[in-house]
Amino acid sequence: MNVNQHTPMASPYGQPQPGYGQPAFAPLDTGYPPPYAPYNGPVSAYQTGEPPQGYSSFTTFPSKAAPANPISELSSPLDLGHGRAPPTSGPPPVSAPQAYNQYGGRHQSDMQNGPPPMTQAPPRPVVSQSYNQERVNLSGPPSSYPQHYGSPPAMSHVTSQMSGMQINSGLPNTAGPGYAPPHSSKPPVSNSFSAAPPATYTQALPPALSAPTQAPPTASQQYYGGPPPASQPPFNSSLPPTSQQPFTSPAPLPPSNQPSFAPPPSYSGPPPAQAPSPSMSQPQQSFPPTQSAFSSAPQGSFPPRAPPPTSSQYPPPPTSTPSGQYPGPLPPQQQPPFSSGPFPSRPQMPPTSMSQSNHLPPESQGPLGPPGPLQQMPPPQHAMPGGYPPQQNGAFGQVRGPQPGFTAPYPAQPNYGALGPAPGPAPSTQKRLDPDAIPSPQASDMPTVQKSRHRIDPDAIPSPIQVIEDDKAKSTEPFSTGVRGQAPPLVTTDFHVKDQGNASPRFIRCTAYNIPCTADMAKQSQVPLAAVIKPLATLPADETPPYLVDHGEGGPIRCNRCKAYMCPYMQFIEGGRRFQCGFCSCVTEVPPHYFQHLDHTGKRVDFYDRPELSLGSYEFLATVDYCKNNKIPQPPAFIFLIDVSYNAVKSGMVGIVCQELKALLDRLPRENPDLDSTVRVGFVTYNKVLHFYNVKSSLAQPQMLVVSDVSEMFVPLLDGFLVNVGESRQVIESLLDHIPEMFANTRETETVFGPVIQAGLEALKAADCAGKLFVFHTSLPIAEAPGKLKNREDKKLIGTDKEKSLFQPQVSFYNTLAKECVAQGCCVDLFLFPNQYVDVATLAVVPVSTGGSVYKYTYFQAQSDQERFLNDLRRDVQKPIGFDAVMRVRTSTGIRATDFFGSFFMSNTTDVELAGLDCDKAVTVEFKHDDKLSEETGALVQCAVLYTSCGGQRRLRVHNMAVNCCSQLSDLYRNCETDTIINFLSKYAFRGILNNPTKAVRDTLVNQCAQILACYRKNCASPSSAGQLILPECMKLLPVYLNCVLKSDVLLPAADVSLDDRAYLRQLISGMDVSETHVFFYPRLLPLMKLESGSLPVAVRASEERLSKGGVYLLETGLHLFLWVGANAQQELLLNIFGTSSFGQIDTTMTSLPVLDNPFSQRLRDMIDSFRAQRSRYMKLMLVKQEDRSELIFRHFLMEDKNVSGGASYVDFLCHMHKEIRQLLS
Amino acid sequence: MATYQEFIQQNEDRDGVRFSWNLWPSSRLEATRLVVPVSCLFTPLKERPDLPPVQYEPVMCSRANCKAVLNPLCQVDFRAKIWACNFCFQRNPFPPSYAGISEVNQPAELMPQFSTIEYIVQRGPSAPLIFLYVVDTCLEEEDLQALKESLQMSLSLLPPNALVGLITFGRMVQVHELSCELISKSYVFRGTKDLTSKQIQEMLGLTKPSVAGQPGRPPAPQDAAASCRFLQPVHKVDMNLTDLLGELQRDPWPVPQGKRPLRSTGVALSVAVGLLEGTFPNTGARVMLFIGGPPTQGPGMVVGDELKTPIRSWHDIQKDNARHLKKATKYYEALANRSAVNGHSIDIYACALDQTGLLEMKCLSNLTGGHIVMGDSFNTSLFKQTFQRVFNKDYNGDFRMAFGGIMEVKTSRELKVCGAIGPCVSLNSKGSCVSENEMGVGGTSQWKVCSLSPSTTLGIYFEVVNQHNAPIPQGGRGAVQFVTQYQHSNTQRRIRVTTIARNWADAQSQIQHIESSFDQEAAAVLMARLGVFRAESEEGPDVLRWLDRQLIRLCQKFGQFNKDDPTSFKLSESLSLYPQFMFHLRRSPFLQVFNNSPDESSYYRHHFVRQDLTQSLIMIQPILYSYSFHGPPEPVLLDSSSILPDRILLMDTFFQLVIYHGETIAQWRKAGYQEMAEAWRFAGPLPALKGQPFPDPQQPLRLGTGDWSTNPD
Repeated sequence: MNVNQHTPMASPYGQPQPGYGQPAFAPLDTGYPPPYAPYNGPVSAYQTGEPPQGYSSFTTFPSKAAPANPISELSSPLDLGHGRAPPTSGPPPVSAPQAYNQYGGRHQSDMQNGPPPMTQAPPRPVVSQSYNQERVNLSGPPSSYPQHYGSPPAMSHVTSQMSGMQINSGLPNTAGPGYAPPHSSKPPVSNSFSAAPPATYTQALPPALSAPTQAPPTASQQYYGGPPPASQPPFNSSLPPTSQQPFTSPAPLPPSNQPSFAPPPSYSGPPPAQAPSPSMSQPQQSFPPTQSAFSSAPQGSFPPRAPPPTSSQYPPPPTSTPSGQYPGPLPPQQQPPFSSGPFPSRPQMPPTSMSQSNHLPPESQGPLGPPGPLQQMPPPQHAMPGGYPPQQNGAFGQVRGPQPGFTAPYPAQPNYGALGPAPGPAPSTQKRLDPDAIPSPQASDMPTVQKSRHRIDPDAIPSPIQVIEDDKAKSTEPFSTGVRGQAPPLVTTDFHVKDQGNASPRFIRCTAYNIPCTADMAKQSQVPLAAVIKPLATLPADETPPYLVDHGEGGPIRCNRCKAYMCPYMQFIEGGRRFQCGFCSCVTEVPPHYFQHLDHTGKRVDFYDRPELSLGSYEFLATVDYCKNNKIPQPPAFIFLIDVSYNAVKSGMVGIVCQELKALLDRLPRENPDLDSTVRVGFVTYNKVLHFYNVKSSLAQPQMLVVSDVSEMFVPLLDGFLVNVGESRQVIESLLDHIPEMFANTRETETVFGPVIQAGLEALKAADCAGKLFVFHTSLPIAEAPGKLKNREDKKLIGTDKEKSLFQPQVSFYNTLAKECVAQGCCVDLFLFPNQYVDVATLAVVPVSTGGSVYKYTYFQAQSDQERFLNDLRRDVQKPIGFDAVMRVRTSTGIRATDFFGSFFMSNTTDVELAGLDCDKAVTVEFKHDDKLSEETGALVQCAVLYTSCGGQRRLRVHNMAVNCCSQLSDLYRNCETDTIINFLSKYAFRGILNNPTKAVRDTLVNQCAQILACYRKNCASPSSAGQLILPECMKLLPVYLNCVLKSDVLLPAADVSLDDRAYLRQLISGMDVSETHVFFYPRLLPLMKLESGSLPVAVRASEERLSKGGVYLLETGLHLFLWVGANAQQELLLNIFGTSSFGQIDTTMTSLPVLDNPFSQRLRDMIDSFRAQRSRYMKLMLVKQEDRSELIFRHFLMEDKNVSGGASYVDFLCHMHKEIRQLLS
Repeated sequence: MATYQEFIQQNEDRDGVRFSWNLWPSSRLEATRLVVPVSCLFTPLKERPDLPPVQYEPVMCSRANCKAVLNPLCQVDFRAKIWACNFCFQRNPFPPSYAGISEVNQPAELMPQFSTIEYIVQRGPSAPLIFLYVVDTCLEEEDLQALKESLQMSLSLLPPNALVGLITFGRMVQVHELSCELISKSYVFRGTKDLTSKQIQEMLGLTKPSVAGQPGRPPAPQDAAASCRFLQPVHKVDMNLTDLLGELQRDPWPVPQGKRPLRSTGVALSVAVGLLEGTFPNTGARVMLFIGGPPTQGPGMVVGDELKTPIRSWHDIQKDNARHLKKATKYYEALANRSAVNGHSIDIYACALDQTGLLEMKCLSNLTGGHIVMGDSFNTSLFKQTFQRVFNKDYNGDFRMAFGGIMEVKTSRELKVCGAIGPCVSLNSKGSCVSENEMGVGGTSQWKVCSLSPSTTLGIYFEVVNQHNAPIPQGGRGAVQFVTQYQHSNTQRRIRVTTIARNWADAQSQIQHIESSFDQEAAAVLMARLGVFRAESEEGPDVLRWLDRQLIRLCQKFGQFNKDDPTSFKLSESLSLYPQFMFHLRRSPFLQVFNNSPDESSYYRHHFVRQDLTQSLIMIQPILYSYSFHGPPEPVLLDSSSILPDRILLMDTFFQLVIYHGETIAQWRKAGYQEMAEAWRFAGPLPALKGQPFPDPQQPLRLGTGDWSTNPD
């Protein structure tokens, strides 16, 4: 099947090209190597040398691609792609266009680099990129490739391609792989590619705009000159049906196509590897042969890839290529930068881009052009990627133009029809993958060999890694927030933010930056409108924290009607005497002390002097009116409540906590680093009864006060419980020394829990302050007391309609308690050390409702878990935090915040109450339409958080965010952020399981995504055969990420996942921000074979196939850190990391790497440290040796694979998704 | 034969008994006509330095419902080695150990001079004494400091093996664990929550974790260890406890203006009682409660914490306007009863300028034999010395206190026991000698007196049940036997048996004998106890009217007068003082509440119903001594005529010592004559008084407020 991940744009075509080009190129550069590497052993060979070849091959590929596309298109069931491929092969010429589109995309991308000249390029590139990426021709294209290249490339590739669905991006990849062999050929390749793609594109476009397109194509061809033609031909061949037609129309093209075939050789010729490639290409021409060739792996160049290809080859290329390609197409012009390095020939590309341009109306180009920044992208190694993001962001608007163009590409689909016949041939070797038939199980059932044949090439489907890398590459300039509706770089990208009137994406991220003007549109698209707000997010050192503004005794200036705070959206009128609220339009008098004259543009003269007028985020000093009971708050207090029952003592927890607290007390949060913290501390230990401690400074020894009456908790002392650390240090230290000693011989195993929190709450009440409780707890509270629980873990309920009850609290006691805690500003952090079921679902109620955190250390053992626990504790104690917070989200007329997700409590529908709010907590807010929005004014959101700082100061933190409104769905799809959408969907789903059967929740998720994608397909993508899966560029990763959500332990538990774990994860996710959910759902898998200082290795996709036996990999989920060691890992590598060269001698129980004096070890440990520093929770390092038992756990996190609990592999899920979409469309 | 005066004195000295009548009317009817019932004041532990206890156990009548102890009144057949019970006439063989008995070799209990004899019981484990301090921390700093010092001092007075415990309370109640070595530890209870004994023991961790199977077993040794956490031998925790007391802080909870501190006396007592109940049931223990104000929260609350609501007065009580009175009283009564059942006594040391709720709490001491001390401040010599006196020791070096006393009364057939008035509770032992007619605490022949001192005196009332037409038992004498089992302060268990007998007399023929056998002092006190007992439950005027009527009837019966000639009225010598006692009684604070707070009334009554005869008389009729230059001090009339310029008057009301300086003397004092050597004669009495605020050192709890007031000069 072809999965066209469109950004709606026609650009895709163009883009794809760049993408491809890039990938190919990239390989040449640095980028490639990694991708390849992961793929397979061959990688190495491919990596360096291949890339270039790949390109060269690309030229050939194009042809292949072309056929493939056609095939896919033709055969509605893309699956058959292979079979079709043959047909396509037959039609090659026709297909060519398609190929171009798709492949062309890639090629073009390369080409495009050249093309960049096109003004359009810059903007479009983005768009185009998106398109390219979006489009994933699953089986179809690949198959075609195989056919063409078939002979040349490795059989496996081909087969894989054939069987696998080809994604447009994938196509490029395929090309890449094929080319790969001829690395040397790079330059030529690129040329060829570029040339070819352009042609294809043009061709593709041609169908619609035959004349113009052709012209461009020709141009492109011209650029490519000799080579291009060759390339084109290949494309044609691949795309044959449609493309051919178009080509045919452009008389020149057809020939070119043909020539292309011939050219391929020529191309191949050019590159060193070309020699083989040419041959390859030739075989391609002869379709039958190609196939056979593939099988035989005659194609020298391909073969190498082929082996890896199935999975790796394609993927790598796609990943890199797609992006590259995309940019390429449009970028061609832009690309120059990118390509500039790699592809001199690209200049030619422009034409290609031109052709694309056809697809993409000039408009797109125009806009794209502006995105100059995008162009900057080039800087990144893969100029392509860099370019993309920006383009996407800005340029997309225009993108629409391209879409029409797409239609052109689609024509290729017709090819599929043609392919239909082709299938015949293909089938012989490959099984058809009908979307319907695709169901993973089947595929999985088949013998591996067969599988490889039948499966869709994983490389041909959108690759998260590629997207991430592309985004990184293009985000080189600081992101300034001044432009409304501009999507920020991805969370995985390291970027600098300039606050120019909207809140930094570190504070607010939206699912969509262009929101539909009407509720109908929103409903139709099903794209959730939500923002993930992290009000107290920590900013990097080089970004200024929000300024503190003091408006004097009257308090912050606010709109009279809606009470919005002064912000950049307030319009000053009447010479500055009044201002009009941007949210409700009400006009309010400016208080005299705040008056300022306006300049000629209507801006206040002090515009730049006042953060609240010029920045998106700032803080107000709140007056006494904003305080509880109109009293200036007391500094907060921290109370440590430590379980001292048998288990707690035995596990070593008590000793560790007490020891650590001694040091931690010096590091309590403070506002002024020079002064002692004003936070007071108190201590309680408990088992079945509670022990309070009097640590008054005047005492020689601490005093213990035992409260056994747990049925009505109270605080037995006032003076001396909460003390200033500085004053009572000696007594406290004496206490902490004594606690482990006192309970060393305890035999008490029962614990209480409710009274523990009540105790802390009462203590805070008595002291009349807000604060935080740190509860260190071990077991299910079965002792007779309020909040007593019983063990209700019942595995039999899992999977039934009653499963939801397991996620609901067992008793309502804790809900009531939570409410009281919130009223007092009592935030509860819970550290759990369970050895068995503790009912996290119930215990977590209070922490979750009070803005606290839950930490869980199952089977805690001092030796192995101490480090993780202590680091968590340290961070938790020290992190910046606000208390007694109320968050209010105001919106401009037309939309309304309707739903909130996170760790907080709401007593009404608008105020989010957080007893505590720390720098790691994010709240996801969903918006709904109230009314029609206007494109002119956009939509405004103001999030104000009133809180008490750790120094006891009452403050208001205000974040403002303006987004665009659009009347075209395509704008929506072009400016949304998949990571944020996933954040929202996961939170939504995880809350849903409280009230619905898990299965229903899963179905709802799948359904909503299908609707989102179907809506795009229906309204934004150019018409194409139903067999083609077309994804919006911005959402092309939606399926893979969604699959990750569906496979999470919460929604699809493996047999060994406890109910507690699920409840724990469920609540954990609810407070996560986008970057955390991202890595949680799609873990980062880094190959460690080569480490360079300064940059991280490029990640590989989370699939077992990407793991090389000879390698070592690091996998990070935000909660876990695994070091996977391949069975055949190089000895030198092992020596560098572990100090031993023997695989067998590696001790898997180690939790930290040995400190070795070699750069590699140093670098690796630095890397691990930096990962840990990035996350709010410390990740324990787990060592996993290949084929070790523990590998099962590790595999669980390879999200693209099928998992043991029945989670679908990425490919399978994509097929399923496609099926769903088709059903919706039909 | 000696005079009745001598007889009475002799009896009192030997047996600690004073009967209202020393000849008993032989029939019920005649007895009734005598107005003053046959009754006695009995001091169970009257100090008898001349009476060494015997080291064996008493021989008891084998009849199940008699169990009288062998005594000098029994007829003994030395040959048959059989003795006849003089109460039920059961013939009992002597136990084997008495095999050598003969006329010349009689055991002590058969000798007439041993009508009172004390046995030491060797059975059973000896339990240590227990002192549990329950200390209010809602005090002024100065008061608390003084109290802490007194408490620390008291540790040195305790026998080393005595167990001590400490509970402090204010808004919360803290039970201090004394055995902990690392850091001081206490269990805290909310001051507002009434807990059952079981809950308290659970919360203190005193219940056995597993009651697996051996229900009949005595508490395992580890239990003792567990209880020891709170109650430790003084010698072990002396230092600890001294430090702990030293570190004791005032209740830290803020007291807003216009409020009383929250004082959880009720819960503190409940915890104390619960703690002892769970750890040392039926063992002698003293709960010593020190309070500086009324309970203001939780169960047993006497007044709210709003200062604008004053604590109840007699006026409020009469108007039924005392909100918390009934509830609190009921609460403390329940506690007192629980405590009494286990033989634990409760002392109340209340020092405050205002009332502290003694009215509600009095039963704690009254029912358990505890002391009540009322003062203005802990920082006064009154409190300090009185408190010290609690730990006074006798000639043997033992505390003048005994615990867990059970007093049983046995009577001969013609007599039945109606009840007792004193610091005791009924054990509800219905026997053949129990009258249906109740006077005081009746309906039983056994009473529990949780704490006894040598002066503790009970009033015991009898009824003659012999019918008028029945013959006077010839040659027989009415007999009464008091059997008192108790735990001596040296932890021995002892039994003291007092057997007394009086002759029967026919009231018609021998009325004059009977009249002359009247002990008017004893009768006055016994009637006063009845009056006070009634006053607890009846309206004041009714009680007075009743007293008046009794007096009138008595005078009618024994007075000699001519009708309509008041001047002709004469009473015999044996009754001559009785009306005067009644006169003073009528205006005493025991019956008059005017000018006394409810707490004061309770306090006075508390003392009145437990002191011996001499002290009781002083309470009824204060003694006024006059000091002059002309001779030794002399008692003078309680009359203004006793006030003379050159006299110093000393009035002892038992509760107060008042010194009155005559006009001349006062001027001399102003001139500072007492500082001059020549004035030694004048100064003579004063230093003596100053150094001896308790004129009678035998009265451990005698309070003298050094109210050295003088006339308005």
